[in-house]
Amino acid sequence: MLTVDKLCKTFGGVKAVQGVSFTIEAGTIYAVIGPNGAGKTTLFNLISGVYTATEGEVRLHDEVITNKRPEELARRGMSRTFQNLQVCMNMSAVENVMVGAHLRLNSGLIAGMLRLPGVGRADKTCHDEAAALMAFVGVGQYVTAHASQMPYGALKRLEIARALAARPKLLLLDEPAAGLNHTETGEIGVLIRKVAAGGVTVVLVEHDMKLVMNLSDRILVLNHGSKLAEGTAAEVRANPAVISAYLGASV
Amino acid sequence: MKKSFRGLMLLAGVLVLLPLVLPNAYYYDVAIRVALNACVAIGLNLLIGYTGQISLGHAGFLGIGAYGSAILTGRFDWPPIAALLAAALATGALALLVARPILKLKGHYLAMATLGLGIILSIVIVNETAWTGGPDGMPVGGFGLSGWQIAGERAWYGVAAVLLMLVTVLALNLIDSPAGRALQAIHGSEVASRVSGVDTTAFKVRVFVLSAVLASVTGSLSAHYVGFLTPGVAGFFHSIELVTMVVVGGMASVFGSILGTAILTMLPQLLSAFEGWETLAFGVILMLTMIFLPRGLVPSLRLKLGRGKK
Repeated sequence: MLTVDKLCKTFGGVKAVQGVSFTIEAGTIYAVIGPNGAGKTTLFNLISGVYTATEGEVRLHDEVITNKRPEELARRGMSRTFQNLQVCMNMSAVENVMVGAHLRLNSGLIAGMLRLPGVGRADKTCHDEAAALMAFVGVGQYVTAHASQMPYGALKRLEIARALAARPKLLLLDEPAAGLNHTETGEIGVLIRKVAAGGVTVVLVEHDMKLVMNLSDRILVLNHGSKLAEGTAAEVRANPAVISAYLGASV
Repeated sequence: MKKSFRGLMLLAGVLVLLPLVLPNAYYYDVAIRVALNACVAIGLNLLIGYTGQISLGHAGFLGIGAYGSAILTGRFDWPPIAALLAAALATGALALLVARPILKLKGHYLAMATLGLGIILSIVIVNETAWTGGPDGMPVGGFGLSGWQIAGERAWYGVAAVLLMLVTVLALNLIDSPAGRALQAIHGSEVASRVSGVDTTAFKVRVFVLSAVLASVTGSLSAHYVGFLTPGVAGFFHSIELVTMVVVGGMASVFGSILGTAILTMLPQLLSAFEGWETLAFGVILMLTMIFLPRGLVPSLRLKLGRGKK
């Protein structure tokens, strides 16, 4: 589904991502792990078009998408969340989720001003779907709330709901469990499984090892911007390079 | 939705009942100017309050409308409605032309660029004395449509009130539509709106053009109403005044723009005794608002009232 080929990104003299290659099969959960500064979020930003790559190629369904703009990638079925929350605090919770459905709606300024009958009806449907999605990710009680009234953990889920509202084929989750407690992390894991079961390919960057090991079909380990290892949870756990670099050597 | 419906009923009620209590032509004049200015402020609020993009040059667009109408009707004998539409079209074209490069900028740089644009337009109007009368200004005829002439305060009040009502409804509709949510999402998080598929540049350009055209149309009508134009309408101070109306009334609040306009239009009348000091008063009011009501009048009041109920 997604192929990354010798992807590189340099910021001035810093090589944040150097020649990383991997392939993600459709319908799987794929995790990217590595110490802080390993280039995980940079890799996400490259794939989702937020950064432009210095070198290399990204392909979605065998189509080259390197350096396409994020809004174009959204059109091709890619959606994502952010490590530092990017919820619109000037809007209500449900409106945030409805923004995710932007591409399916008539977003003409004039159509909106005149509230053409079709626009109003589609908007009503969209609102109901957004409310249902909020219930699906577990923040149904905030449907009438303003985003600024929601606690951190709920905002993380709200971002997932917004990403799902786009009905993505590929969902990138940047540290979905960051800042959550043990119980919440477990619940996020259940949610991610539910999403994947719905036919969405999930890629996640995550620090919580237990979550990653339980959830992921395959794991990519980054260190200093390059690929250290890749494989199933068992393979990665047994890889000596990974153990010494990241999990800590068992002497 | 319900909230804005109540607001709409209130606005309609005030607009309908106002003629019953306005004692004389002077008060009509103030009401008409409030209604017309409010239309500009609402358009500007869509850009500043909702989309989060500043413009310190919108009086320039208003000036194109006003002078376009004055010149086309006065020198070329165009019908006022044709002149109004032509000026609006020209304003839209200019706004479209400059929007793309200007709206790539953010924060202070965007403020500087729009400021520069406003100043250029203002300088052109002052210097093209052959067309605009320069600093001496120029007279403008009345506004008529196929034999029917808007004459007298009551008729103008009717036109201004209907226009304000129309602009308010359209703006509220827009805010509560997919396009309006896209605009607000740009304000909330540009990167999040992009990954949701919002073409942020296109939306910024569209709302900039929309607010510019609204300023132009209102400028045309104001010119016909007042009957005489001076370059001040397109000047820097007027641009700041418009932004002040938006900020004092409340960012991202349509009704706030109307209230802000009402206050800032009436204030100079109250302060006219202190000639030349109104500028200072504007500054002080803006500062006090930012310090004590950073969200502006209407959003702050709404918050206070909401809390009071609980």
